[in-house]
Amino acid sequence: MSRSNQRWWLGAWLFFSSLLSSSAWADTQLNLTKGVTAVSREVYDLHMFALYVCTAIGVVVFGAMFWSMVFHRKSKGAKAADFHESTKVEVLWTAIPIIILIGMAVPATSTLIDMENNDNSEITIQVTGSQWKWHYKYFDQDIEYYSVLSTPREQYENQNGSFTGNGAQKGENYLLEVDKPLVIPANKKVRFLITSDDVIHSWWVPAFAVKQDANPGFINEAWTNVDEPGVYRGQCAELCGKDHGYMPIVVEVKSSEDYDAWLNEQHALTAMAAEAEKASLSASMTKDELMKLGETTYMAYCAACHQPTGVGLPPTFPALKDSVVVTQGSIAEHISLVANGKGMMPPFGKQLSLKEIAAVVTYERNAWGNNTGDLVQSADVQAASGE
Amino acid sequence: MTTDTINETLDDTHHDDHHDHKMTGIKRWLYTTNHKDIGTLYLWFSFIMLLTGGALAMVIRAELFQPGLQIVEPDFFNQLTTVHGLIMVFGAIMPAFTGFANWMLPMMIGAPDMALPRMNNWSFWILPFAFAILLSSFFMESGAPNFGWTFYAPLSTTYSNGSTAFFVFAVHIMGISSIMGAINIVVTIMNLRAPGMTYMKMPLFVWTFFITAYLLIAVMPVLAGVVTMLLTDTYFGTSFFDAAGGGDPVMFQHIFWFFGHPEVYIMILPAFGIVSTIIPAFARKKLFGYSSMVYATASIALLSFIVWAHHMFTTGMPLFGELFFMYCTMLIAVPTGVKVFNWVATMWRGSMSFEIPMMFSIAFVILFTIGGFSGLMLALTPVDFQYHDTYFVVAHFHYVLVTGSLFSIYAGAYYWLPKWTGYMYNDSLAKWHFWCSLISVNLLFFPMHFLGLAGMPRRIPDYALQFADFNKWVSIGGFAFGLSQLIFLAVVIKCIRGGEKAPAKPWDGAEGLEWTVASPAPYHTFSTPPKID
Repeated sequence: MSRSNQRWWLGAWLFFSSLLSSSAWADTQLNLTKGVTAVSREVYDLHMFALYVCTAIGVVVFGAMFWSMVFHRKSKGAKAADFHESTKVEVLWTAIPIIILIGMAVPATSTLIDMENNDNSEITIQVTGSQWKWHYKYFDQDIEYYSVLSTPREQYENQNGSFTGNGAQKGENYLLEVDKPLVIPANKKVRFLITSDDVIHSWWVPAFAVKQDANPGFINEAWTNVDEPGVYRGQCAELCGKDHGYMPIVVEVKSSEDYDAWLNEQHALTAMAAEAEKASLSASMTKDELMKLGETTYMAYCAACHQPTGVGLPPTFPALKDSVVVTQGSIAEHISLVANGKGMMPPFGKQLSLKEIAAVVTYERNAWGNNTGDLVQSADVQAASGE
Repeated sequence: MTTDTINETLDDTHHDDHHDHKMTGIKRWLYTTNHKDIGTLYLWFSFIMLLTGGALAMVIRAELFQPGLQIVEPDFFNQLTTVHGLIMVFGAIMPAFTGFANWMLPMMIGAPDMALPRMNNWSFWILPFAFAILLSSFFMESGAPNFGWTFYAPLSTTYSNGSTAFFVFAVHIMGISSIMGAINIVVTIMNLRAPGMTYMKMPLFVWTFFITAYLLIAVMPVLAGVVTMLLTDTYFGTSFFDAAGGGDPVMFQHIFWFFGHPEVYIMILPAFGIVSTIIPAFARKKLFGYSSMVYATASIALLSFIVWAHHMFTTGMPLFGELFFMYCTMLIAVPTGVKVFNWVATMWRGSMSFEIPMMFSIAFVILFTIGGFSGLMLALTPVDFQYHDTYFVVAHFHYVLVTGSLFSIYAGAYYWLPKWTGYMYNDSLAKWHFWCSLISVNLLFFPMHFLGLAGMPRRIPDYALQFADFNKWVSIGGFAFGLSQLIFLAVVIKCIRGGEKAPAKPWDGAEGLEWTVASPAPYHTFSTPPKID
């Protein structure tokens, strides 16, 4: 081996070993998750079985190929043999794959039958996807809420055309965190009824091996029974428009006692929110208060489409800045648009409190130079949204 | 009209024009009805589209180089992935194969030209308009289609950005072009074979194109139907795919994939034909199991009609449906396995040499088989719930379409370049092209398996931090692979302009009628049909 050759190999070795040992690789996941349910472990086993079968077939086929590439080459003086068919061999290599396939189909079938058995569930939760958030509704509990991405905008929006600008420091669960996670108890069969308000979404939590499309106008079923409490994260798996990459799923699995405590807490919160709604009807907010609350609400619920500066993304998402509807239209129509939706614009009536709608309408009518001077109060919203 | 009368007619016209009789300049290409000219047009067009679609992919990979949004907005990102897919499928791979069909089929069956030469001209010349329409939408207020190349309703109807009409008309024109090309292939093969060339004496290349053409004729009208329903749903108030009006968005997927699954075989069966031509030539041994190859190709084509819903396991199908489509999909492994085993058996105890066409063919067999393995894993419904719509799927179909179809196209291009241009290609440049492509394509697509298994969904412009390392390497592989294709451009241009003169048959193990004519192939070949024993 020449000197330069040696140096080359040393360099290559250092390069690859640095790749493999770099600390960044420590948490890099290579394989499918085993998950935390009996079904997800079955799925994992099936995955590994299929992988081993494929590897074995690959070793045999590629082995034969490389053998002949090494030993049956013209430069080594190999003379070509004359055979070009053999019914015996051909029947054999049709039959053997069929047997292997049957061997794979049997466990796959039994796992699939398990997965599709939605009977005897103890809790039912309706999961509704919409652009770009999830809504969870607990049957028989009067608990329902939206779950939206909680990663701050400045962490992912850093379009400055350079690779060095990383924007704000990204958090540990960047793009996989939400404001209110779905909460379910451990060791209980939980059934999900999955649907959508607009386009097709897909509800996927890898640790449960549950991925089910949310189809508008139809309801799909899925279920899980989780062994251990913990926080499990997933993402929408079906392209659903602009912010498809920004609608994660977080499921918090609690022990049965903690789950009951959580239920009680939610009931109390619901009651308090109803009180607050009632109280806000008679209260009157100042312009500053409305604008402040309006801005936070706008940034959380409206800015994804209409943009933080109100210029929208026409023609799909119209501008609100200098918009005729916002600056000259009636306040009642404006409120109704926000509360009840229209066309692609989703209804926010269920999602926002009266106070928040009042604030956001006030904000839209006064921000970005719209300056209509209009103030909207909760009572106006109550009157205009027709509830 | 019988074969004889067609041949007589063609002979008659030929008496009057003994010289090439072609127009000069741009008119030659606009008015040409010559199968070789049209083949050349198709091949150049597909290469330009490959570079265009590749450029879009590079922007995608640049955005995904690191977490966070750096260069494009999410909506534009969706436009990029959509148009990248449409261009690669309809603009790069399919026209490249039609180019091969045009150039090689008449020469391989001893015919003077394609059976319907004027239609041939038209089927090519409407293509540039289709892609002009599609690409022009990038420069419009609405932007390009942003609903994925699979254009699932209602994202592509009620919730579309306004590009649906452009998309639909572009796809209609592509479909018309494909159907005309396919009719031409079928008519040519059925009527213009040299006397004595029975069906089971046709080269396997001809068989695969014959079967592919039938697939195209069967499913392209389905695509035309579904895009028309999309159009009326979007603009004329119908509700085929809208539950509020009594329709069903999942029905869209059924119709689309009834086209879509045969479509993926339309993009791989011709590749089987090319590789089955090249491996025997460089193993210097007849193709093992010719008739089982024909039957395997036909079985794959037939099975392709009853497996479509394996793309839809997560849509909420009943258990029985899931089981049916799982079993049928697994069955495809059998004829596909037969093909791979036959290629290996052809190499076995051959006298192999490793010229560039053979290198690409061997890479094809190995890497396509890897794509086949992930395909088998995806067929298993319970695990498909985990793989579906992740980078595992992206890895799978890029292994079969890039290292499968595209590599076979390169193998064929290097194999027949001497016949097309009359010169040998520059071997060392070609080696650079092969090795750079081989290494970078695996760096590009192999880690995608890991990304998918670790849980990264496809079609997202930004991702969680645990996916950052692999995405960096994938992007580097992507840039390297994209740039490597420029080497191929250099090889082709050099080869057209000159080089070592190619003999009529530059490969000593090659078989077939195309090697009995001079290199470069004369403008008109087989004006009188050759004799086949």
